[in-house]
Amino acid sequence: KYLFSINSALGDQAYVWNENEMFLFRATLAFAMRTYSDGQEYDVANVVVCDETPRVSFWFVVTSPLDASLLVDKRRVEEAVRKSRSRINSAFLLTDDTLEFIGIPPTLEAPVAPDTPPWLIAFGVVMGGVGAGIVVLLVSSVKRDGEEETGGKTENEAASDAIYNMSFSDDEPVTQM
Amino acid sequence: RQRDQSPLKWGSKTQYLLTCVGFCVGLGNVWRFPYLCQSHGGGAFMIPFIILLVFEGVPLLYLEFAIGQRLRSGSVGVWSSIHPYMTGVGIASMTVSFFVGMYYNTILAWVMWYFLNSFQSPLPWSQCPLNDNLTDLVSECKRSSPVDYFWYRETLNTSTSIEESGGLQWWMVLCLAAAWSVLYLCCIRGIETTGKVVYITSTLPYVVLTIFLIRGLTLKGSVEGIKFLFTPDLNELLNPSTWLDAGAQVFYSFSLGVGGLISFSSYNPVHNNCEQDAIIIAIINGFTSIFAATVIYTIIGFRATKQFDDCLNEYVNILMLLNAFDLVEGTVTEINYDEMLQNLNSTISGSEVIQGLDLSTCNLRTFLSDGVEGTGLAFIVFTEAITKMPISPLWSVLFFVMLFCLGLSTMFGAIEGVVVAIQDFKIFPTWPKEVISGIVCLSSFLIALIFSLGSGNYWLALFDSYAGSIPLLIIAFCEMVGVAYVYGIERFNKDIEFMIGHKPNIFWQAMWRVISPLIVLVIFLIYFVNEVSSTLTYITWNPSSENFPVLEILPYPNWVYIIILLLAGLPSLAIPGFALYKVLQKCCCKKTIKKLELNTVSANVNMYDTK
Repeated sequence: KYLFSINSALGDQAYVWNENEMFLFRATLAFAMRTYSDGQEYDVANVVVCDETPRVSFWFVVTSPLDASLLVDKRRVEEAVRKSRSRINSAFLLTDDTLEFIGIPPTLEAPVAPDTPPWLIAFGVVMGGVGAGIVVLLVSSVKRDGEEETGGKTENEAASDAIYNMSFSDDEPVTQM
Repeated sequence: RQRDQSPLKWGSKTQYLLTCVGFCVGLGNVWRFPYLCQSHGGGAFMIPFIILLVFEGVPLLYLEFAIGQRLRSGSVGVWSSIHPYMTGVGIASMTVSFFVGMYYNTILAWVMWYFLNSFQSPLPWSQCPLNDNLTDLVSECKRSSPVDYFWYRETLNTSTSIEESGGLQWWMVLCLAAAWSVLYLCCIRGIETTGKVVYITSTLPYVVLTIFLIRGLTLKGSVEGIKFLFTPDLNELLNPSTWLDAGAQVFYSFSLGVGGLISFSSYNPVHNNCEQDAIIIAIINGFTSIFAATVIYTIIGFRATKQFDDCLNEYVNILMLLNAFDLVEGTVTEINYDEMLQNLNSTISGSEVIQGLDLSTCNLRTFLSDGVEGTGLAFIVFTEAITKMPISPLWSVLFFVMLFCLGLSTMFGAIEGVVVAIQDFKIFPTWPKEVISGIVCLSSFLIALIFSLGSGNYWLALFDSYAGSIPLLIIAFCEMVGVAYVYGIERFNKDIEFMIGHKPNIFWQAMWRVISPLIVLVIFLIYFVNEVSSTLTYITWNPSSENFPVLEILPYPNWVYIIILLLAGLPSLAIPGFALYKVLQKCCCKKTIKKLELNTVSANVNMYDTK
């Protein structure tokens, strides 16, 4: 079954659905069957449409070009339609949303996947910078400690500000006998 | 006890203030306060918040600054100076710092992951990936949303419950390593290095928030968001949970009890005006919360309005109606949608069809109050809003850099709390600070690998709920009681007079002696009773559950209760535990000391006799 939503897609530039448009549809479908199915010469006459409604939706079947009473298997029709979906869509200036084919999910475009995920590249940059920073700081620490040992005594005094020693004296009084 | 290493001090007063601001202002200001504000009556929430800021936050802050500056030591040194039996408080602070630091830095690892993924257009969480045979979007993503999928599947790869570990997720391990490496780089020499880094990490968030505010105000719907946030509902003031949440928010927002503030103040010159500092930091912290809330809600308002407009557009609904009833295009439009829906619904067969259609309803308020706190706010709601803004990668990078800075500056205090405690205990007396910091960072990283499992975020939620909450309240209560009654409030007043030239006035006396400890005690009791009386549950992401994508609520398995007891109990019990240890030590050593003294005296007597 096919559902056309022309107005929603095109708005002002919508065309009117008429017999000619239906002819175009049958022709594109015949094209699809010719190219993507078994290669037989399908004609417009092989695409039979029924139950057309003003909504612009209808059912269709495809008959074999060899024998008009033989219906082509649904799955082969579906496959042909799926493969030529973009051609059919563009013939009617519509998209997968506005030209709905009930039962055939559209084959979506696979997104371009880069070889290395971008986040891994950013990660490399960040880790490189951080690693370099750590190494620089550690090396300068070692150098600084080296200088201090060979240079004067280490700073061991308390700060120059007055420090009131607040340690709570827990020692036993010495004069207990 | 004084430190034997060369005395560290601040490069400048600005460094000290920036470090304290950075420590206090953290992720909670951005993703907890706005939610509390909005859910507890908007503008009305300011009232309990400011009241508790004044009666609970500032006194505690002043207390920690003062004892650190006076006793010139980290938390362990300070408490053993006040009374040796109270050293346990310092140990508790150190343990809590360690646990909190572990899980807090994991959040930074998540922020790092999102930051690293922001350097591509379109952003990876803006669309669903395709399934294997390229016929449709991945089912889990289609049923929820691209941002949900990116967070739960591509970031966390979350399992369905805490019992399923799911194995280490290698990309998370890398991000965790990156986060701990950045932290180590900044903390490598303690305040020497962090003092310089805070010029960036403490100021950048404000710059970014301002940029987002300006950007946000130009977007449609931002004013709706601000109105929603601040519209006061004074009835909420009658709700006790409003006051409880405000008190808890003030308390945790100031990062009290972890020992970082005490340690930072100990590097100050002894006559520094800590009273002024406490007031300044409190004001800045409060202001930042309100400012951040405003910014967040301009963006949330924008997002909600966009969702509402899309919903109202009813394009999908109209199409569904047309298809279901095979109507000609144009019979149902946005204008007559409601009418037509009613007409079609009035027939029995029509209403049956309509029920089966699952048409969506639109309500701006539901979009505005959409689960917006914690990681959900940052990694789901806000990221979605960003994808709808032009030049999304730029805003994404800015946002996550801001979050990283906010969290990193808080981590400085946590690491300081642990490293300084280790130094005070003289566990490794000769080892330089670089090595101790390295050991702390490495061991935290290794234990934190648990958060990179498939069940990692459930573990993190566990730590978040229990490792910080209860022990910190106990520590803060003991701090106030310890200073006011064990050390003696008179002695403390004299110390402050010595430092800043005047005794603290009656307001501070009342706060320290009675009001603030009482507030903390009340919060603790209510919280404790709540937790103990209810079965503890957690929320999980389960694609095969019935209500997917609504998160499933599961009860914790029994063995988790043991872990909770350890997390909350170990630090809390360290306080009485260490006191007990000291008592036992005294009893056992009494006899040996006496013997030595006797020997010395008799030796002296003998000496004099033989003369």
